[in-house]
Amino acid sequence: MRVFTRMAALSLAAAALLTTAAPALADDAEPAAGPTEAGTSFRTATTVEQGRPATAQGSTGDYLYWSFPADAGQRPVIEAEVTLPEAASRHGAATWRLDAYDGLRRHQPCKYGMPSRTAAQDASSVKLTCTLRTVRSWADTWSNEPLPGTYYIRLTVARLPEEDLGQPVTARIEATSAERGGAYAVDGVLGAPLVPGAGTEGDDAAAPEGGWSSGWWTDRWIWTAAGGLVAALAGVWGHRLTRARGRPPQAPTRA
Amino acid sequence: MITRKRLAAGVCGLLATLAVGLFPSGAAADAADAEPSSGPAPKVDLVLDVSGSMRTRDIDGQSRMAAAKQAFNEVLDAVPEEVRLGIRTLGANYPGEDRKLGCKDTRQLYPVGPLDRTEAKTAVGTLAPTGWTPIGPALLGAAEDLEGGDGTRRIVLITDGEDTCAPLDPCEVARDIAAKGIHLVIDTLGLVPDAKTRRQLTCIAEATGGTYTSVRHTDELSGRVSQLVDRAADPVVTPVATEGAAQCTDAPQLRPGLYTDREEFGEHRWYRVDVPPGRELRASVSIAADRAVDDDYGVLLRAVTVHGREIVRGAEAGNGRTDVISTGLRYPKPPLDDEDDDGTGEPAAETVCLEVSSSFSAPDAVKKTPGLPVELAIDLVEGPDEASDVAAFGLGRGWWPLAVLALAGLLTGLLWGWISRWRVAVWRTH
Repeated sequence: MRVFTRMAALSLAAAALLTTAAPALADDAEPAAGPTEAGTSFRTATTVEQGRPATAQGSTGDYLYWSFPADAGQRPVIEAEVTLPEAASRHGAATWRLDAYDGLRRHQPCKYGMPSRTAAQDASSVKLTCTLRTVRSWADTWSNEPLPGTYYIRLTVARLPEEDLGQPVTARIEATSAERGGAYAVDGVLGAPLVPGAGTEGDDAAAPEGGWSSGWWTDRWIWTAAGGLVAALAGVWGHRLTRARGRPPQAPTRA
Repeated sequence: MITRKRLAAGVCGLLATLAVGLFPSGAAADAADAEPSSGPAPKVDLVLDVSGSMRTRDIDGQSRMAAAKQAFNEVLDAVPEEVRLGIRTLGANYPGEDRKLGCKDTRQLYPVGPLDRTEAKTAVGTLAPTGWTPIGPALLGAAEDLEGGDGTRRIVLITDGEDTCAPLDPCEVARDIAAKGIHLVIDTLGLVPDAKTRRQLTCIAEATGGTYTSVRHTDELSGRVSQLVDRAADPVVTPVATEGAAQCTDAPQLRPGLYTDREEFGEHRWYRVDVPPGRELRASVSIAADRAVDDDYGVLLRAVTVHGREIVRGAEAGNGRTDVISTGLRYPKPPLDDEDDDGTGEPAAETVCLEVSSSFSAPDAVKKTPGLPVELAIDLVEGPDEASDVAAFGLGRGWWPLAVLALAGLLTGLLWGWISRWRVAVWRTH
């Protein structure tokens, strides 16, 4: 076991080294903190990596767009914080809203979190969160299940006194994911992840670090293999049970 | 449990190592390809209000004009190389009282083209607050300045007052410019704006998918204008204009790509896409609310066969303030060898009709033409969407399958043991 653990640790370390080296090689200029701009439409959405906070300056009333890749088995959590303009220049409470869309621009519901919150007039910032459903590797075409691919985040003010439009705000968002494992594994894979323009451009920029998962790996392999092992052991035990009372007394002992 | 996680981690790590180790050069090459993006040059026209009211000294203790000049100097220093920048003024020349003349007073101060920073700065330096505020004519002029080329176009309008040249409503001018399908965005900045100015400027911005900013400090002005100019430099895919038909039979044939159209309230638009067997159609549509619309709205995108059978649909509804409402659908066409039962599987590509409709409505006071901007993204990707039997593969997970397997194993073992015991007993009796 220890040998295996070491091997795993080694390979992980190697992977970490390579994955950190590759982006550095690909893009020298990119700051470690993530992008400092946001897009203003689906088309211009700024790509962010998971786990890397992105910031943006904007005006109250702007629609700020980011996008990030999410793969099967992940449950993305989006957190946003808006630093509001100084309270003295505002005229009332404002409701801010966070929306998530998948790669087909379909609105995605938040399973948990507060995607919409009203900031009082004297509040200095407002925090929004949205936990999406776990991304599945395949779903029926009629369903709105989250699928591997690009996810868009839209941040905007939903309701506010009209006088407050156009005032400067700072937004900070971060998308992270919890690995939910094989509990959500399903039969089937998509032909290609739901990345806009996947068929025409073959855009690698939208892929998560390390590429999209091939869809065949799930921890169910381990569960099932373990189940087989347990069954075998149980079989041996069961077999031995039938012998446990020993051989019949008259049985001859072999030399 | 820990062992299981380690195992999983190990396998994932190995996979990551393989994946990254195999393709790092590819990633690097891609980045190198992307960097010198010698696409069509983005164009920006800065439209500056030089009307009499710009004399007011209320921005950080200096006049609005001085603030604007200072901001322009900073912006001109920071303009990215590839951006073709021009400057247009409004109300800079005619000081008189004649409304007719005053409302024609817009002039190209610096032509849109490669930027000579000193020259542009000198030109800005000569400006003095003078006349009227003809925003509408200035926008028309700026749209002309930006004509030609395929790059992105952006007008940045900086003003401190509403348009004083009715009946030409600058907001409608903006919408008409946007409706020409030349992909032009107007961003507006109001210097210490009053309610009317703000309403007009937000309307202009909304009509073209731009942004509105109210400015109270010099640094806000220069920061925002620089940001907008930088945004113009970001490479984006420019959509192709198309015009959907009222029925599928007359609908335009679309290939994978990005399209724009205009759809009036209550109108349905049809498009056609050929989907070869074994490919998956992906379509997304977003309809922008570019004017004041009623509070509740929705969008429906349907994929329909040529015979009128609905294959799949995407729908979305919403309420409240929004820029767009969007939805999408996907339709995987099975490969040929796995023909469907209805016997319509043809060897050639199937024509799929896409119908776009929306349930936007607007108050009577709002002008209904041109229609709302529609953005349609069509994509055809490779690949079957069938359950390929490799993902979960009927594998189990959790304690229940484990217990069942263990029980089955135990029973098998017991049975095996008893059978062999019985056989031994039988053998011994004979």
